[in-house]
Amino acid sequence: MSKLQLITKGLIKENPTFVLILGMCPTLATTTSAMNGMGMGFATLFVLVLSNMAISAAAPYIPDKVRIPSYIVIIAAFVTILQFIMQAYTPAMYETLGLFIPLIVVNCIVLGRAEAFANKNSVIDSACDGLGIGLGFTLALTVLGLIREIIGSGSAFGFKFISGDGILVFVLAPGAFLALGYLIVLFRKLTAKK
Amino acid sequence: MAVQSSFKNMVLCLLVICFVSSALLAVVYAVTKAPIEAAAAAKTNNAIAQVVPEFDGTPELSQINVAGTDYTYYKVSKDGAVAGYAIMAAATGFSGPVSLMVGITADGIIYNTSVLSQSETPGLGAKCTEPAFADQFRNFNPAEKVLKVKKDGGDVDAITASTITSRAYTNAVQIALDVYKAITTGARPDAASGASASAGGSSETDNNGGQDNE
Repeated sequence: MSKLQLITKGLIKENPTFVLILGMCPTLATTTSAMNGMGMGFATLFVLVLSNMAISAAAPYIPDKVRIPSYIVIIAAFVTILQFIMQAYTPAMYETLGLFIPLIVVNCIVLGRAEAFANKNSVIDSACDGLGIGLGFTLALTVLGLIREIIGSGSAFGFKFISGDGILVFVLAPGAFLALGYLIVLFRKLTAKK
Repeated sequence: MAVQSSFKNMVLCLLVICFVSSALLAVVYAVTKAPIEAAAAAKTNNAIAQVVPEFDGTPELSQINVAGTDYTYYKVSKDGAVAGYAIMAAATGFSGPVSLMVGITADGIIYNTSVLSQSETPGLGAKCTEPAFADQFRNFNPAEKVLKVKKDGGDVDAITASTITSRAYTNAVQIALDVYKAITTGARPDAASGASASAGGSSETDNNGGQDNE
């Protein structure tokens, strides 16, 4: 597979949210607005690319039986680095996403890519794979966040264009399930034709 | 796949990975330490500047114990005279503490309030950060108005469907007022404890009166 294919397959064919249905916890919890969804997406993208590269480089030297603990330590290190950076330079975003940043450590997308791709492929390919999957995740979270924000609070990326409240349930937890469910249906329908 | 596992290489491998990871973290920590502190300080200073009248110099950090709880407050001065106090206070809302910075001028009027942190429901309680609600506390004179939500016979308009959050916000402001009284009168703990006991009492009725609404 070419590098470009590696990146684009994460966006559509292997989209982590709509096709693989991975990482549902942050997907449902952080997409109360488009901005939050995008922030979470990029945070995961950052960790995914770096951990994929590091794991791909280290994999040949890691004994089979301790590979999962090794991956987790590597992923946790990058997540903590991300936390420091966000705290220092984007404190507002850090506060909104809160607990979900440290939880990237146990995000199954990150560990899943390490186990399914990075440990058998070259560093460059793994970086492309991480980038693709990360962008797919970001895209999904942004779209979901945008839909929930538009319906739920009548604004998009913080710009209010409908006065009043909107349908509140879409900002709350049940709305996350509803919106995600319909999005998956729509995504499947659109991709099935191809 | 990869390397054959033996006790020795497993221990060695994990040791090396942990060592490298912690070394990397130490470097990043050292680099970001100053910006993180600066960001936190900027946040506090912004909150102070928002809630008190114009001042010169730097806010003076102090702590006061009112009824067994330590409260942090900042005293700001203009031309040598006390311009006001920015008091940090918190009360329990619907899903955790609603913590505020409350600015009170030297003559006992609430100048403004600002939310430091809250985790209320988005779209409902989280609206307490919006001007529609928070601006009610701007230039609020506790001598003329009653610092309670309308449902409880006060003058504060609660957020629709978020009475508990509105009460928590109002309570936090009340706590700040009590702290202010303690600061200005240099009141003894027993005088202050009466005030916060009444605050505690009202928060109890909150729980009963909260019923279905947030």
